Amino acid sequence: MPKLNAPSTKTARKNRKVGRRHPLATVALIAIGLGLTGGVYAAVNAAPATASADTTSASQQQITEGQKVFEANCASCHGLNAVGSANGPSLIGVGAAAVDFQVGTGRMPMAASGPQAPQKPVQLNDTQIADLAAYVASLAPGPAIPTGPQISTNGDAAQGAELFRINCAMCHNVAGAGGALTEGKYAPPLAGVTPTHIYEAMITGPQNMPVFNDLNLTPAQKSDIITYLTYIQQNPSPGGYALEDLGPVSEGLFLWIFGLGAIVGLAVWITAKSN
Amino acid sequence: MTTEIPRLQRTGFTGAAANYIDERTSISAVVKEFGRKIFPDHWSFLLGEVALYSFVVILLSGTFLTFFFQASMTDTVYNGPWVPLDGIHMSAALNSTLQISFEVRGGLLVRQIHHWAALLFVAAIGLHMLRIFFTGAFRKPRELNWVIGFTLFILAMAEGFTGYSLPDDLLSGNGLAIINGMIKGVPLVGTWISYLLFGGLFPGTAIVGRLYTLHILLLPALVLAFIAIHLVFVVVHKHTQFAGPGRTQGNVVGYPILPVYAAKAGGFFFIVFGVIVLLATFFTINPVWLYGPFDPSPISAGTQPDWYIGFADGMLRLIPPHWEFVWLNRTWSFNIIVPILILGLFIVIVMFYPLIEGWITGDKREHHILDRPRNQATRTAIGAAGVTFYAVMWAAASGDIIATHFKFAVEGVTHVLQILLILGPVIAYFLTKRICIALQKKDRSLALHGYESGRIVRLAGGEYVEVHQPLDEYERWRLVSQEADKPVIVRPDSRGRITGGRRFRASLSRWFFDDRIEPLSQAEIDAASHHGELEGGH
Repeated sequence: MPKLNAPSTKTARKNRKVGRRHPLATVALIAIGLGLTGGVYAAVNAAPATASADTTSASQQQITEGQKVFEANCASCHGLNAVGSANGPSLIGVGAAAVDFQVGTGRMPMAASGPQAPQKPVQLNDTQIADLAAYVASLAPGPAIPTGPQISTNGDAAQGAELFRINCAMCHNVAGAGGALTEGKYAPPLAGVTPTHIYEAMITGPQNMPVFNDLNLTPAQKSDIITYLTYIQQNPSPGGYALEDLGPVSEGLFLWIFGLGAIVGLAVWITAKSN
Repeated sequence: MTTEIPRLQRTGFTGAAANYIDERTSISAVVKEFGRKIFPDHWSFLLGEVALYSFVVILLSGTFLTFFFQASMTDTVYNGPWVPLDGIHMSAALNSTLQISFEVRGGLLVRQIHHWAALLFVAAIGLHMLRIFFTGAFRKPRELNWVIGFTLFILAMAEGFTGYSLPDDLLSGNGLAIINGMIKGVPLVGTWISYLLFGGLFPGTAIVGRLYTLHILLLPALVLAFIAIHLVFVVVHKHTQFAGPGRTQGNVVGYPILPVYAAKAGGFFFIVFGVIVLLATFFTINPVWLYGPFDPSPISAGTQPDWYIGFADGMLRLIPPHWEFVWLNRTWSFNIIVPILILGLFIVIVMFYPLIEGWITGDKREHHILDRPRNQATRTAIGAAGVTFYAVMWAAASGDIIATHFKFAVEGVTHVLQILLILGPVIAYFLTKRICIALQKKDRSLALHGYESGRIVRLAGGEYVEVHQPLDEYERWRLVSQEADKPVIVRPDSRGRITGGRRFRASLSRWFFDDRIEPLSQAEIDAASHHGELEGGH
């Protein structure tokens, strides 16, 4: 929204200065109008969109808008009615949570096919994502976008840490620093991922991640895991800079290059002949 | 009486105190002997000192840690300030490590000093060994001191590994799980040894206590004893030096220990200590609070040993799959046996390299002047091949991190490293040998003709020549003062027979000295210097 408003105020100022109607004033007016409409629309719809526990609460208008977004951005791979194609899987039944995760973290729409969709700057705005989620959720029942206590960070961090070590650390590393999978795939680092996206990842199993359903990890346990990840992000390592949390490899590399490097430099200095 | 009093007045308290001690201990003889010992000055001669000083830091910080560490695997519940482990069951070992980290004043700093110093200790030993190897400092009479030094390297790795395993956290527990797997992979005795070591089924409740005894009692005692022998040998053999004017096989050019080296070395200790403390202050090492208690089921991505065990871990990762089969109702895990054999062979070859090279070259002379690596092309090439072999194994231990950080497939990294493990040393050998020989040729041309000055002169007859700037005597000395080597020639033994062993040795010797460039003779140098300044660039 501010993006749309910024040029318009500029032109308005220009108008006053020049004293006549600028040729772009109409465009600016339309932009302001669209921006306001979109803003109000988003404000009105954002709450129900994120709070939607199932597919029914999304308005028909949202679904229609979402279908348009889908056809413009997703249909080339996922097929016109989200039934999938040779290039992409069917999205029937993946739910709003999958859309919110994949599109909300910039993984979708994918820039190029590869072993895995990498995280990149988010391509669609929040309204479009909400519409898209509503559309995909309307196709068949699926996991909804988590809300309230599910994504609370007031769970048991110790319990969450233990669950994380048992269920997640083998791919994501104990500190959530990420790790390698087969064939060029990888588990991404978890620093900076929002609680909503972490929860959605667990219930939808994006990319190569398995699904952790509510029988596997109860919503309270998922919230514990989120609490732990939030805790280690908000409390930096007590021992100083953590060297990206990569463990002994980064420690060894650091020691050889900087530790021993400094020592050798100082040894050269000590034995240097004075001029 | 009248002469005594002024002398004491002149020397003051220090003199009187020194005299008091000397009259009761005769220490002046020792001070005279050691204080006047000469050490040559070169930065690379300080690498062994770095290792020694890191070890002193390890002893000091380690002593502090023993005040608080409990080497027990008794089950406890953590109730400390680190929230993500609050109320979690863990062994007393990890619980006390967390207490050291978060509750003992200065505990985390000392823990990190201890760990960074340990990494530096082994790294300094490694670099020190490379210096010794590439300068040929291991040649007679110092072969045994190389073996002792290499034993120290092994002991340092053992110290490191036992220490790494003590906190009983998830990372170190997985390290022990790999050791357990390797031991069990040994045919016939493996399972028995594993049960003996762990006091029953892995992980058991005994291993931390046992490793602790090794870590703070047996291994440090051995390290100290070997350091003592190592240093006695350094004193007995005198220190080696690089070639230079006035330096011969019979002298050492440098500064005496007292006062120069004592001050330099003493100051250097504090520099090394200071660097370690800075590392420990600003950089986390081994965050056991993130790893959590050991449990045989979970494992973290990016689980690696500390750097000095990496080569062994890497060798395990490089072995292709499906190398185990059942025979005689037993499982034969060649995916374990083969890496153990390769690592063992590699260690034995490095450990006894001075004896092997001495046998091949047949060189019985004493050497106190160091080789420039380029002047021993074959040895330098062998060293480069060895370093490459080690480096590939080492890199393989971090194959997964290489894959994620350089966006490769982890299988691709492994396959490339598998190929490099075999081809890499061969390429490194030939490349290094050719580079060394080229550098020798360059040195030879420099010594004979001097530098190209870039000044072109036209002679009376019309010929253009480039004026070469001759080297001064000091510079030339550095280039020409190497000893001539000759391969061993096949000769009949005392009974007049030529055995296969002698032929083999002679052929190895020919290979070792193949393509060597004879050092310049005095006659050649004289001829070149009489050639005059105006000389055509041949």
